Amino acid sequence: MASQSAEKLEHDKLAIEDIDVSDPTIFQKNRQGPIFARLRAEDPVHYCRESRYGPYWSVTRYQDIIAVDSNHQVFSSANATSLDETRAKGRGPNATPVGGFLGMDPPEHDTQRKIVSPALAPANLARFEHLIRERTRNALAGLPIGEEFDWAQTVSVELTMMMLATLLGVPFDERKQLKRWSDVIAGVPGDGVVESWEQRDSELKEMTRAFLTLRETRRMEEPSSDLLSMLAHSPVAQNMSDLEFASNVSILVVGGNDTTRNSMSAGILAFHDHPDQWAKLKANPALVDSAVPEIIRWHTPIMSQGRRATQDHELGGKVIRKGDKVMMWYVSGNRDESAIPDAGQFIIDRARPRQHLSFGFGIHRCLGNRLAEMQLRIFLEEILANDWARIEVTEPVGYALSSSVRGINRLRVRIHA
Amino acid sequence: MPKLVFIEANGAEHVVEAQADLSAMEVAVRFNINGIDGDCGGQAACATCHVFVDRPWMERVGKPSEHEVQMLELAEGAADNSRLACQVIVTPELDGLVLHMPAAQF
Ligand code: HEM
Ligand code: FES
Repeated sequence: MASQSAEKLEHDKLAIEDIDVSDPTIFQKNRQGPIFARLRAEDPVHYCRESRYGPYWSVTRYQDIIAVDSNHQVFSSANATSLDETRAKGRGPNATPVGGFLGMDPPEHDTQRKIVSPALAPANLARFEHLIRERTRNALAGLPIGEEFDWAQTVSVELTMMMLATLLGVPFDERKQLKRWSDVIAGVPGDGVVESWEQRDSELKEMTRAFLTLRETRRMEEPSSDLLSMLAHSPVAQNMSDLEFASNVSILVVGGNDTTRNSMSAGILAFHDHPDQWAKLKANPALVDSAVPEIIRWHTPIMSQGRRATQDHELGGKVIRKGDKVMMWYVSGNRDESAIPDAGQFIIDRARPRQHLSFGFGIHRCLGNRLAEMQLRIFLEEILANDWARIEVTEPVGYALSSSVRGINRLRVRIHA
Repeated sequence: MPKLVFIEANGAEHVVEAQADLSAMEVAVRFNINGIDGDCGGQAACATCHVFVDRPWMERVGKPSEHEVQMLELAEGAADNSRLACQVIVTPELDGLVLHMPAAQF
């Protein structure tokens, strides 16, 4: 097994039809760049006949990805958003599904998305801004200067869990549990998070029970602006089954946790790797507004999403057959020079920084995009307020073993005053 | 050149000379009108160019396609006069068109 994946990394030498980008070790070793560059150039709509997840198509160019993403009639999300569909469905007849409306098609998708969306609307988010800023400031104020520590765990994890607990209205001391659930939802056996599908499912059932208990408590309280309260009091949400309710909360947990957490770490790493951009930002803090979307493009926290074709469909000269699995590789489209000038460069003052694929497009476009941007904006603003000379990354970075979530689990740093 | 009038949720008015054949989204972006982002570049795939057509203009502007309706369904506060500005092409007949912007876009 190990030697097989080592061989697989020799992608340049492979015949194009043998390229299989579902292999998570590619991303763990951060070797996806040249492989996708080759696919974009030679075989932008690529068929892989055989993989650990079965056959699938890879769509790697910016424009083709938008075409797939905005065509939900042909490209269905139902049980199709991950390479490994067991993740959404679980294993066994009574398994707890996760992913909520992210994995549904209209009309169910639209109904459920509309229930959740008011809580994430910019007007509601504004109410949280002050609290997030204060908590961000406090977390940064306690950091050691001149000493090495792990930024990923100490800052990124802490801040995003705090944020999520605030947003959901989960009691503050239960926020560690939120991180565990987020990891479990995204987890697959053998990734260091869960041992087996059974163990994962039993933790998910525990999560479901916890959310349902919180919903009961909220129902007895006055409505407030937190998400659980909004869901508990929404007349439309009354029609959601218990499982649907918990499943929809679960996408807020993963959606709002990993992605933002990893973007925070990725931002620190990007500024370490590009000292000229850090100098530019320090000299002109107003650039935070365009630096935030650039970090999100650069990192691409969710590297891929899947769909299933509901009918035969031609794309890039290839015929995708009804029933075929199709993966959109945002991580590739975000490096597509034909759509984004100098896509291979990290540039914090781009003219159109928000033209990137990281939030997806079409009806499933990320519902938390403004929240994520707000968190990252406050994060950068508060870092700049400390007026540190720089944040040095002291060890090579390891990425998570995943072809979906681009995780930075450890980021050793030293702050220079 | 046809004139377009963008009115922000707070009442601020922007009157601009629009080049025909551009979309109202492209016009807004060129004039840096705050609140029309156009993240997908005009493919009716992000709904960050949601506008409300001033009622008297609704007929002349026309109805959204089925695909556009589906995106609008999910836009915050959408109403019967909602359109995606990227799908509204500027023509001489639309000289003077008034578009109202929502308080915020996703
Ligand atoms: C930088 C941070 C984030 C990134 C890169 C990101 C990325 C994405 C992507 C790519 C999708 C589309 C999935 C698909 O089409 O299959 C998505 C959907 C979603 N995201 Fe995010 N996300 C981020 C932050 C958040 C936050 C903070 C929340 C909420 C707390 C959130 C909630 C959601 C939800 C609810 C959906 C499902 C939308 C639907 O299916 O209609 N996301 N996100
Ligand atoms: S610019 Fe994206 S929908 Fe109009």
